[in-house]
Amino acid sequence: MNITRRHLLLLLPAAGVAWKYVLAGTPEAAPNYKLSEHWWGMLIDLPKCIGCGNCVRACQAENDVPDGYFRTWVERYHVSDYDIENPQVDSPDGGKKGFPPAKDGKGKNFFVPKLCNHCAESPCTQVCPVGATFVSQDGVVLVDPKYCLGCRYCVQACPYGCRFINPRTNTAEKCTLCYHRITKGLTTACCENCPTGARQLADLRNPADPIHEFLKTHSVHVLKPSMATRAKVYYNELDGSVR
Amino acid sequence: MNVFKDAGHLFRLAAVFVAGLVIFLVIRGFLVPKSFGQLGHYRANAVAEIAARPIKFAGHESCEGCHADVLDKKKNGKHAGVNCEACHGPQAQHVDDPTSVKPAKLDTAVLCARCHEANAAKPRNFPQVDTEEHSTGLPCDTCHQPHSPVIVAEGGK
Repeated sequence: MNITRRHLLLLLPAAGVAWKYVLAGTPEAAPNYKLSEHWWGMLIDLPKCIGCGNCVRACQAENDVPDGYFRTWVERYHVSDYDIENPQVDSPDGGKKGFPPAKDGKGKNFFVPKLCNHCAESPCTQVCPVGATFVSQDGVVLVDPKYCLGCRYCVQACPYGCRFINPRTNTAEKCTLCYHRITKGLTTACCENCPTGARQLADLRNPADPIHEFLKTHSVHVLKPSMATRAKVYYNELDGSVR
Repeated sequence: MNVFKDAGHLFRLAAVFVAGLVIFLVIRGFLVPKSFGQLGHYRANAVAEIAARPIKFAGHESCEGCHADVLDKKKNGKHAGVNCEACHGPQAQHVDDPTSVKPAKLDTAVLCARCHEANAAKPRNFPQVDTEEHSTGLPCDTCHQPHSPVIVAEGGK
């Protein structure tokens, strides 16, 4: 068959598209880990949190988080009597070095660890102009550092303030739920190092995970449910004053 | 069909458009990462790249393989639920090479206070002390055995 110039012009785009798929191959995955079998979240059992800051230090050590930036941090709430609308919140250095003595006086004091809520309908991934951040098939919100432009849209979009721009790489960074650990069968660095068990990794797609029984039998909330983000970090006995 | 009698220039125009499309697709083929779009609007290989990062905390199962004696001490004590690296720090390097990488000695005067220093925001039932008043800066392991924290004189090992 004679290939004329016109035939060639028609064939080239088709060949180009085909070649792209040949080069792509299939992405590598950890052995014995199936993306579709997991749906990750976390349980924070607030009455057990002692504000020791172990999770913050562990996260920084595990993930090489720069000083002054946090993928997880601990807040201390002071809610005075009759004024739950205006809690006083402090978090000196993210709670990394613990907390100074709490204020005396009327009211209640308690700690609230914060981290990425790994929303199923995450506002941060929706605004990314280049597809550098996404909800993975196993329910973890991740950032592709090689593809991120550092435009900061996602930092602004997160209603929980969980993202920052890493000053070393100038790309967006956030909690990965220790994706490099949970895909190997380990728990996250913060859960591994929580001395009281206040933080527990939860696999919502695993019927044997104790999270299901816990959710059925406890008073559990997520942060900012009105934002309809379908957050997957569940707080046990969350105080109404927590924002 | 007189409509197409002088249509030659339209075909030449179409050829220019097709050429433009080909150039666009070739350049796009080079610029868009190969695995982009396989799992969604992102680079599918990024998932495996993030999963391949090295770990720093080995996890308590790794410790328990060798340090069964400590596990025995801990299992009936108050600290049974506290994982090793919560106090001893990240030890993945020690697990990879136990002979040449040794965990640092810990200063219990600082370490224990991180959890047990009194603070009104801590849960009421959690054991807390004012370290200044309780031990005047002495290391806690002078009296307490950290792996099973009872007073040594009262029967602790």
